Amino acid sequence: MLDLKGYGWLLWDGVQLTVMVSVVSMVGASVVGMVAALARLGRCGALSLLVEAYTTVVRGIPELVLLLLVYYGAPTLVQDLAATFGHKVVVSINPFAAGIATITFIYGAFASEVFRAAYLNVPAGQHEAAAVLGLSRLAALRLVILPQLFRYALPGLGNVWMVLVKATALISVIQLPELMRNADVAARATRMPFTFFLVACLIYLAITLASMWGQARAEGWASRGVVGGRL
Amino acid sequence: MLAFLADHLGAFANGALITLQYTAASCLFGAILAVPIALMRLSRRAEAFWPATAYVFFFRGTPLLAQIFLIYYGSGQFRQGLESLGLWSLFREPWFCAVLTLSLNTGAYSSEIVRGALLAVPHGEVEAAMALGLSPLQRLRLVVLPRALAAAWPAYTNEIVYQIQATSLVSIITVMDITGVARVIASRNFAFYEAFATAAAFYLAIVYLVILVAKRIEKRLHAHLDEVESVGKRIGGP
Amino acid sequence: MRAAAYLLLASLLLVAPAAAQQLPDPLKIATEGAYPPFNYLDDQGKVQGFEIDLARAMCDEMKVTCEFVVQDWDGLIPGLLSQKYDAIIASLYITDERRQRIAFSDKYYQVPARFVVPKSSDLKITPEGMKGAVVGTQRATSFERFLRDRFPGIDLRVYATMDEAYLDLKSGRIDALMGDVVAASEGFLKKPDGAGFEFRGPEYTGSTWFGYGAGVGVRKEDAYIAKAFSGAIAKLRANGVYKKLSTKWFGFDVYGG
Repeated sequence: MLDLKGYGWLLWDGVQLTVMVSVVSMVGASVVGMVAALARLGRCGALSLLVEAYTTVVRGIPELVLLLLVYYGAPTLVQDLAATFGHKVVVSINPFAAGIATITFIYGAFASEVFRAAYLNVPAGQHEAAAVLGLSRLAALRLVILPQLFRYALPGLGNVWMVLVKATALISVIQLPELMRNADVAARATRMPFTFFLVACLIYLAITLASMWGQARAEGWASRGVVGGRL
Repeated sequence: MLAFLADHLGAFANGALITLQYTAASCLFGAILAVPIALMRLSRRAEAFWPATAYVFFFRGTPLLAQIFLIYYGSGQFRQGLESLGLWSLFREPWFCAVLTLSLNTGAYSSEIVRGALLAVPHGEVEAAMALGLSPLQRLRLVVLPRALAAAWPAYTNEIVYQIQATSLVSIITVMDITGVARVIASRNFAFYEAFATAAAFYLAIVYLVILVAKRIEKRLHAHLDEVESVGKRIGGP
Repeated sequence: MRAAAYLLLASLLLVAPAAAQQLPDPLKIATEGAYPPFNYLDDQGKVQGFEIDLARAMCDEMKVTCEFVVQDWDGLIPGLLSQKYDAIIASLYITDERRQRIAFSDKYYQVPARFVVPKSSDLKITPEGMKGAVVGTQRATSFERFLRDRFPGIDLRVYATMDEAYLDLKSGRIDALMGDVVAASEGFLKKPDGAGFEFRGPEYTGSTWFGYGAGVGVRKEDAYIAKAFSGAIAKLRANGVYKKLSTKWFGFDVYGG
């Protein structure tokens, strides 16, 4: 019925790389998002302005263009800039690094929105209670605010993850052999585009389904200390 | 950089026009699709609920790039069948496949926005309409939909903004939109950062212009309310 | 696990250029992997093809090990300039325009370009006869240049790879395709998919567009690498290895006049 003409293992290699790129980018985006959210919520005006500029740019530029800019544009830009100062440098970014950097950069902005909203969701009384207990700002953040923030942020982060996984398909355009790229290679070689792109779509759907299940479990876990606490 | 712009600004402007056309067409068809799909998803009848749900799940659960490849190159695999249906002359054209995919994609996302807005219509208003003796269809047309569409507008603005960016993928099936123009110019002149930075600037300008207009419309829709702003890329799993 | 290797490779390199005349070992060679039968990816994702076999033979001659990097056509030359690899072996034609950017070895094959059309088509291959016809080819190739200059009236569609143009010719989205006679014949016409198609019109060889055959591309400061490749090509021509490989892949000598 479904004859993959020997390209099944190539797709499987692609799936592994897709999952790996997604996980690494998601971790990166969460870190960037957390830092950006703290900068935005902090008292330093210049910093929060910088973060605002960052999110503004990310919202206005397509992922594909940003990816091409990073992969093809950045190395030549650095070289040209260095050349005007009489230096000769070589910058090389491989597709894996360029892809992860771009996806992290873009989804970091969305993760920062999620964290910011989650932070604002933590009741003011919690901050006050921490202060009354004599906790320092850092200790209050670590012991009181972050655990709760995580619970409020989980649904939003789950959404970011699901969009991010699909966004990794774009890295195929700069020849990273992930799922989409390998499906494309197989489709061209066998001249069976419908078959291979459909299989690719079904695999993405399976990843999405697995993610939804995982998210439900994670939200249950994060709300374990709260009676009727499922958000 | 200035010399680069002087040489290629015309080509980019043409690309921008294509980008706007594809955005407008797909948003229009997507919006037309969204309302019936949302109503089907809220229906209690299985034959309405399941097809709509499967459609939304598929188009929200897979990458747009895969959908474009599937419909464009995939349809080529079924040329005979499409020809006998008289549809091949449409599927033959890259613009048709592009607009079809983009519309189906945004239709799925928009229907979820509409569904959310429909669920948010206060029950009291529906009851009031019932008390006035309006038929179900009249209730939908006169009370529920106007109310829901006004509520959906901020989220729908996000969807339009996302759609502008999503059109960049049509460059992959030979359409010369902003990204397509940038790729040709970049590889022909070895002007990579110039070309892609210019493309990025064009998208930024278009996106923020659209947001500006959308805000104006939002003010009209909510003349009687204080609305909180929210504009960004669409975020949401199935 | 293959994926793990990519994690290790994920790095941003800042390298000072070395002026050593010693050939890099391993020698990193970029190829497109989408231009059968010259270079393509098999079902394991590994590169295969005439150019791959030839590159291996050349590396043996030069006593270095070669390592292949798959790079899309658009980015081949930028990737070379940013030192992602040391040489390009990807049916890259030696043209005067490209010579302003990079250096080339001597040519290692040369074939003319030609239009491919459906047998049933009544298209006349003249600028007037092609007016309004939808013609496909690969982006940023000599073919694209040639079509833009010599056939301004056509509706030109440019694809990222030749394979995609074949797909669209087969499905009937484009009326004609331009490619080189060997790739089009071996990669398409002789396959079951190519049954209803044929070459039409003259063979084109003008050096303004198609240059002086396909050569190994290297950075200008690495002219010694090009020289080493030129030497290897000459040896393989002389000792019959080239002929053996060419016969294996094409059934004839693809070196050209």
